[in-house]
Amino acid sequence: MRASLMWRLAALASLTTIPSFVEAQTIAITGGTVYPVSGPKIENGTVLISNGRITAVGRDVQIPDGATRVDARGKWVTPGFINSATTLGLAEAGGPQFSGGYNDQSARGEHGISASFEAWRGLNPASTFFAPARDEGVTSVVVAGGNGMVAGKIALIDLVEGRVVSDLLRKGPAAMSGSFGNPGAGETNSRGEFWAKWRSLMNDVRSYQVRRAEFERGGTRDFLARQVDLEALVPVLAGQLPLLLTADRASDILEAIAFAKEYDIKLWLGGAAEGWMVAREIATANVPVFTGAMNNIPGDFSSLGQRQENAALLRAAGVTVILIGNGPGDPDAYNVRNIRQEAGNAVAYGMTWDDAMRSITLIPAEVMGVSDRIGSIATGRDANLVIWSGDPFEFASVAERVWVRGLEYTAPSRQEQLIERYKTLPGRPYRP
Amino acid sequence: MSSTRYLLALVLAGCSGAPAAQAPAPAATTPPASAGATSRPNADPFPSTYQRWASRPTVIRNVNIFTGAGPLIRNGAVLMQDGKIVAVGQSVTAPEGAVIVDGQGKYVTPGLIDTHSHLGVYPAPGTAAHSDGNEATSPVTAHVWVEHSVWPQDPQFPRVLAGGTTTIQVLPGSANLIGGRSVTLKVVPGRSVQAMKFPGAPYGLKMACGENPKRVYAQRGPATRMANVAGYRTAWIGAEAYRRRWDRYTANPSGEPPARDLNNETLAEVLRGNILVHNHCYQADEMLVMIDIAREFGYHIRSFHHGVETYKIADVLARDSISASIWSDWGGFKMEALDAVKANVGLTHVAGARTIVHSDDPSYSQRLNQEAAKSLAAGRLAGLTLTEEDAISWITINPAWALGVQQQTGSLEVGKNADLVLWSGHPLSVYTRAERVWIDGALLYDRNDPAQQWRTDFELGYVPGPRGTR
Repeated sequence: MRASLMWRLAALASLTTIPSFVEAQTIAITGGTVYPVSGPKIENGTVLISNGRITAVGRDVQIPDGATRVDARGKWVTPGFINSATTLGLAEAGGPQFSGGYNDQSARGEHGISASFEAWRGLNPASTFFAPARDEGVTSVVVAGGNGMVAGKIALIDLVEGRVVSDLLRKGPAAMSGSFGNPGAGETNSRGEFWAKWRSLMNDVRSYQVRRAEFERGGTRDFLARQVDLEALVPVLAGQLPLLLTADRASDILEAIAFAKEYDIKLWLGGAAEGWMVAREIATANVPVFTGAMNNIPGDFSSLGQRQENAALLRAAGVTVILIGNGPGDPDAYNVRNIRQEAGNAVAYGMTWDDAMRSITLIPAEVMGVSDRIGSIATGRDANLVIWSGDPFEFASVAERVWVRGLEYTAPSRQEQLIERYKTLPGRPYRP
Repeated sequence: MSSTRYLLALVLAGCSGAPAAQAPAPAATTPPASAGATSRPNADPFPSTYQRWASRPTVIRNVNIFTGAGPLIRNGAVLMQDGKIVAVGQSVTAPEGAVIVDGQGKYVTPGLIDTHSHLGVYPAPGTAAHSDGNEATSPVTAHVWVEHSVWPQDPQFPRVLAGGTTTIQVLPGSANLIGGRSVTLKVVPGRSVQAMKFPGAPYGLKMACGENPKRVYAQRGPATRMANVAGYRTAWIGAEAYRRRWDRYTANPSGEPPARDLNNETLAEVLRGNILVHNHCYQADEMLVMIDIAREFGYHIRSFHHGVETYKIADVLARDSISASIWSDWGGFKMEALDAVKANVGLTHVAGARTIVHSDDPSYSQRLNQEAAKSLAAGRLAGLTLTEEDAISWITINPAWALGVQQQTGSLEVGKNADLVLWSGHPLSVYTRAERVWIDGALLYDRNDPAQQWRTDFELGYVPGPRGTR
């Protein structure tokens, strides 16, 4: 049992009041094998954390007096993992119509267009799903809600405790998201109609951004989208905000690349089930791909070529790959923690271990423009760190200690409290 | 199609689809009576036509063996012959002409078994045309048999086989209080579902608690859990009377037989103990109600499925010999799944209940070994004493018991079916893949040989094969 869990359960049993996290001014993690990701691994390395930041990394680090020492001998020290496709905090216990709970994942939008929708603004910082993810080494996640042709903006958050969303926010928006492979998402009947609608929309944005004043006076032609949505797409057209398009069929991917080129849009691809079939073209277009390594189901006629080697084949072709769970339900609830399983499977299906590690740490940080803050263990980075009992991709390995922005979380999760109640049967559901 | 390509296709066909050649077709059966026959209740109207594939005696040696029935045998050997496990131990005597496989220090396990699958009834690609898993037209549909929905060309079958899973129970969905008969299949190619049916496996009955039926039938009822319970009891009351009528007639067959009723026929077989109950039920409180209902009507629940709260009542499950078919780490996605804990499998196991890691998912079903590994780690993290052998039992012998095929498969013991997986490494490692899979002693999957990788009819021309061509 990992030390922190033991401590938590002991605290629970004694019913003492404990802080939700433990903060020390300076922490020295010593003796472990450090995987900075931005550089080669360091045997018997030291990582120094001070005021939430990493202040030193290396073999010969001077440990200041008064630092709290954490012995990591025999352990692996890695950056916290980034799961780049989740709905964390947006829904719990299913939607109101389905089961109960709450669901703030998507906007009603208009004509399938919700560009102005910022799902993360409605996320619940008190969601019980944060702790299970964090307890398995996930320290940052992309919160992506939405559906439709233009689903809305996505954001990157850290899994810190906070009272408001801004306490958690790392980068928002990180991208605009939408679909390029599913005509129904755009309330259209066919790909031809769908893609024409995409072009009409971007033409409208182009027109709108130079005719704002006329628009306000009602002096422009009708536009396809509401003003808020046109406004939200201006930075996409300007190449400032990336556009994350989901597309699975190989030919849809090529169409998306052509579309992005035509409008000079900074494109990211999501899903890309048949990406391996056009890997060279994706690499040439320098488009990063968010995809997984555990889905091999030809789930519809757009993803017939889906296979577990996809991520590795894309990487081998020189594509920038961000590993995500790309199966149904993967972004939701407790499944967020399984990003390390995804990475392990990527290795089993041809990716190098180093690439798989980078694909859930430094690569997403770089792609989202925050690699100066997270994604690696380097001086000056925020201390999103995990001490593992072994290879983090292996099931038997445990995230023994987890820090996010230098804070270690120790409060027992809801699940741990339930386990404690029923560990000895018949349990004691309630003790007056 | 050019003639060259046609020829190539013919050559490929000769060696494609894992099996080299199926055993000869059975001799012609008696032609059906032409003048009309009297149908009989509880006969076997859709009998298994499964024939094991031709195989040579095969020895795997220099291999670590998780038998599913005892401690790991290190550096051991196993002999398969005529479809059966003939010897397993530190060493075996290879008969003349046997295929010798050098295990190279890798691992074998029994073929994995999934108690909860919807393969063939919710096939890929997901289309309305093939959505055949839920007869959501009435809350009690014990008259339907899920095998009549199974599409043998579902491309998910070969994927599950490639994950080392050799036996699955296909169940109707959970829309209904009583959803119909399940069927236990071998994960093998077949022209018909009958060709996949596990010979001798008992039927199961799918029942479902909680949210799903009351959501599906919110307008016409049951709309509440209390109406769910009234629905089960009403169905069993009808079945009791039916069983008595037929049992009386069978004991003394004179006069006109009672009218057959497909719904009650299945339920009566449950009451006679011939069909095993598989009950989808998440919450502990509801499972305890279902146990009381079973007692009221004198049947036994073989397995609770999706019981995310079995850890709260594992002592009762152990006492009543009810197995728990549960997930490793799913939960939270609806109200009745809120109390899921990752240690559920471990907690349920140590309390003495027969514990099973199941999938309910075509993706998880390909990685039952990984799911078991997660459960093992979570259980140990919670301070439980669990072995790797325990973890293997959750996906082999325990599910075999839940399906009533524990005499035939689920462990590598002499006399049992030679359903066996050779893994590329330790089966509880994330990096390990099933390398070769045998069913009844016949090699049906070889990861290193595209010619030994089954492609369904659907996949031809649609799904790129191992070589990247469609």
